[in-house]
Amino acid sequence: MARTDALQGSLDLLVLTILSRRPRLHGYAIMAAIASTSGEVLRAEEGSLYPALYRMEEAGWIRAEWIKKDTGRRARVYELTAAGKKQLGAEESRWQSVSLAINRVLREV
Amino acid sequence: MSLWSRILNAVHGERLNREIEEELQSHIEEAIASGHVADEARRTFGSILRQREASHGIRAAEWLESLLADTKFGWRQLCRNKVMSVAAVLSLALGIGSCVAAFRLIDALLWRPLPISNSSKLYVLSRKLIGPEGRPIEDGYWATPDFKVMRDAVKDQADLIAISEADRTDITWSTDDDMEKAHVVYASGNMFPLFGLEPALGRLLAPADDRGRGLAPYAVLSWDYWNHRLGRDPHVLGRSLHIGDQTFEIIGVGPREFTGTETGTVTDIFLPLSMSGLATQDSVRWHHVFLMLKPGVNPATALEPLRQHLSAVSRAFEADCSTCFRGETQASIDRLLNKKLVFNPAGAGISDLQKDYRRYLGVLGLLAALVLLIACVNVANMMTAQAAARAQEMALRISIGAGRRRLVQLILIQSALLALVASVLGALFAAWSAPFVLSLVNPPDNPARLALPADWRVLLFAFGLIVLVVLLLGLLPALRASVVRPVAALKGGEDPRAPRRLMRVAIALQIAFCCLVLFLSSLFVASFQRLQNRPLGFSTDRLLLLETVAGKGQLPVVWNQTAEALRAVPGVNSVAISGWPLLGRIMINSDISINGAPPSPTPAFFLNVSPGWLPTMKIPLVSGRDFRSQDASPGAAIVNETFVKTFFPGQDPIGRTFERGANQPLNTIVGVTPDVPYHDLREPSPAVFYVPFDEIDDKSAPSAVGFASFTIHTDAKDPLALANSLRQLIAERHNGLRVSNITTQLDLVRDQTIRERLIAMLAAFFAAVALLLAGIGLYAVLNYSVLQRRREIGIRMAIGSTRAGIVRIVTLDVFLMIALGGCTGVALGFGAARYVGSLFYQVKATDADMIALPACAILLTALVATLPAVLRALRTDPTEILRAE
Repeated sequence: MARTDALQGSLDLLVLTILSRRPRLHGYAIMAAIASTSGEVLRAEEGSLYPALYRMEEAGWIRAEWIKKDTGRRARVYELTAAGKKQLGAEESRWQSVSLAINRVLREV
Repeated sequence: MSLWSRILNAVHGERLNREIEEELQSHIEEAIASGHVADEARRTFGSILRQREASHGIRAAEWLESLLADTKFGWRQLCRNKVMSVAAVLSLALGIGSCVAAFRLIDALLWRPLPISNSSKLYVLSRKLIGPEGRPIEDGYWATPDFKVMRDAVKDQADLIAISEADRTDITWSTDDDMEKAHVVYASGNMFPLFGLEPALGRLLAPADDRGRGLAPYAVLSWDYWNHRLGRDPHVLGRSLHIGDQTFEIIGVGPREFTGTETGTVTDIFLPLSMSGLATQDSVRWHHVFLMLKPGVNPATALEPLRQHLSAVSRAFEADCSTCFRGETQASIDRLLNKKLVFNPAGAGISDLQKDYRRYLGVLGLLAALVLLIACVNVANMMTAQAAARAQEMALRISIGAGRRRLVQLILIQSALLALVASVLGALFAAWSAPFVLSLVNPPDNPARLALPADWRVLLFAFGLIVLVVLLLGLLPALRASVVRPVAALKGGEDPRAPRRLMRVAIALQIAFCCLVLFLSSLFVASFQRLQNRPLGFSTDRLLLLETVAGKGQLPVVWNQTAEALRAVPGVNSVAISGWPLLGRIMINSDISINGAPPSPTPAFFLNVSPGWLPTMKIPLVSGRDFRSQDASPGAAIVNETFVKTFFPGQDPIGRTFERGANQPLNTIVGVTPDVPYHDLREPSPAVFYVPFDEIDDKSAPSAVGFASFTIHTDAKDPLALANSLRQLIAERHNGLRVSNITTQLDLVRDQTIRERLIAMLAAFFAAVALLLAGIGLYAVLNYSVLQRRREIGIRMAIGSTRAGIVRIVTLDVFLMIALGGCTGVALGFGAARYVGSLFYQVKATDADMIALPACAILLTALVATLPAVLRALRTDPTEILRAE
């Protein structure tokens, strides 16, 4: 449970970061990337990942495309848009200032 | 993705669901492929359905999706009750169409601004005074010299413009051509520039054309006239046209939209004011005066000082004017000078048509609105019944989580669907009916012409009307549906009377509206019938009228010879001549003074007639004799009974004398006729005297006659059959006489009642529709209530209620509502009738038969409408009902 809480409010940042490094990932790959790059600490739930993806797609930060997989099934892959790159910068600096603030609070107490 | 993609997704909701599902499935497959156990992979996902719903909500515009779903559902609901829906749509369409048509007419005649610049700064000047009969009147006509003085007095703040009424005038294009009619307007040269109008061709009249009689013989054609009479001939400039003995050169064509300032009449030809012979006369008031504020002058502060200044200037002019009040008594001069100058906004133009029809159109609008209201109540009732039948469905929807907002939306959408379909049909109806009604407004030979464009004004009104209708239809059922308490409804026991109570109120409303419509209609129809059947005192049978003109005038002997020639034509029974026809457009009064005394306060009207005119018109003589061929005017006179009562009360008038104004020659009364209507069928007959057609001047020499009307009694049933050959015959005599207008006495009488006929026809139509709709509404409500109460009826029958008892419980409250509604309707009717009382002829709202007629009609309708429901109630089989429950 602690793992999910840690993700509160930062799922967008994680997804955007992952996509900025490795474009054209489908949902499962994004989830897996979050897990592996965080050393299995952070895990995005399927139930929040897809709504987040659709929301960001609506907002125009990422765009989606159907591709044909080797298995014959179709998969929907996502990549960052220009607006998404800008958003990533904003999210990143917000995260920095928040974590800085939290650290400061932790030291004070 | 954007709003657009969300809208697209909403429209293609199914495809979107498939896509989301496919993506989730592909995710699960990836998970399994990377080593997860299948069950676990699925479990981590939770319910696929919930995922899909959540995702769907993000990717599709939910409001639109629910809107679409509700629209589909509403449409299916409407299709399920086809008969009801068609009836609803038709009645709404009729209501909406009538309202829009009424609005188009009212707007076009009364509200639409003239297509000129600064129409909101345009006012018309008139004067309020006490008329000769002691009633307040408003005088809108001015003498040209007076206008000029006033114009110069206020030239710093405002411009004054003189414009005459559009007169139907005889014109000829070249002297050999036949005469034709055109609407001619005399206008001061500043009119076109101040109105900001540009010529379509040539140039328009300018202030420089105000030069004096004969000095600016120029004419400007209206675009409309140039279009329909001259086929937009580009070479029309420089051509000449003749009016009377004047010749005008055409110098230009006006702009396309501008048809003059007289709403309802399209001006054909504009002439300079100064070219009229009346323009130099101090005492002839013949044109309107408009005032246009200069730019930058604030109407709120400037108008009152302007009014006072103009009033003083005009009063000074009239007080100084030596010819204005010649022969009047001092009291009468005081009365005429004591008048109040007023400004009326004239941005929408001014015309007699507006004055005549303002109230009629008001009534028309009211009737149309009432019919629409009745239709709305009907449809709302229908929807309430449907909603009541769907109470269980609504309760179910609420208990499984439908928002109440969504339920309201569902019902409002259904009413919007009805209203939209109805408004399409209504638009068609309005497109046809507005011009149709307009075509009935004036006599066929001089139709009223109004632009009736379907522009943003009309569209805006129609849109507002539709919104109103949707709310009227849907709001009540929607609110009812949204307060459904699921527990009670699902138990099947919510108060079953609630919808019935609502519908009963609706019945009362509907009957009240219907009663109002019927009441007003019966007043208008009775008015028309009494006017039409009013005894005339003369015969209109087989009477042909040839209104004839003679350029500069011809001596009476020429006219008499022509009459003699007409008499010789086979098929002509008798021929007489009068100055103008009875009940035509012309009325002329004259002062009457007895024994050299100053003129009496009430003038009398006169008509020149030839010997034999009275018998031709079948007007009998009460005493005395008809004119003889040696009688001339002044000399002999025949008077009507009102004339005798007014000027010779209690005396034998034969042989007595009167003068037409002080110090005029004597006229000796030789005969007395009964009163016959002179100019207006509605008014009581004024004092009228007839003088011989042959007039002589001071030196006993015959004087020329410029126009007169041959009154011809034909053998054939249709007098018009002879018209053309007689017209030809007159033309072939080449004696200067020309027929300018052909009509029959019957048509003139009919034209008198044209307004009453129109409103009576429309009122009767609306009354029939209202009655039909109210009948349908009653039937539906009663039928529904019997269906709802069949359990109760069954039980009552089973425990021994009589048939009379059943009929009573089924119909009692409905008839109470009818009585309540009827009383309200009549009360409303009295209120409305007071407002339109001046439109009635010899009919009062308090006449017993005026109330009895609508009451009977409504009762009869109610009986017919309730019969099926009552029969159904009586046929209820208690055993069957009780077993089924």
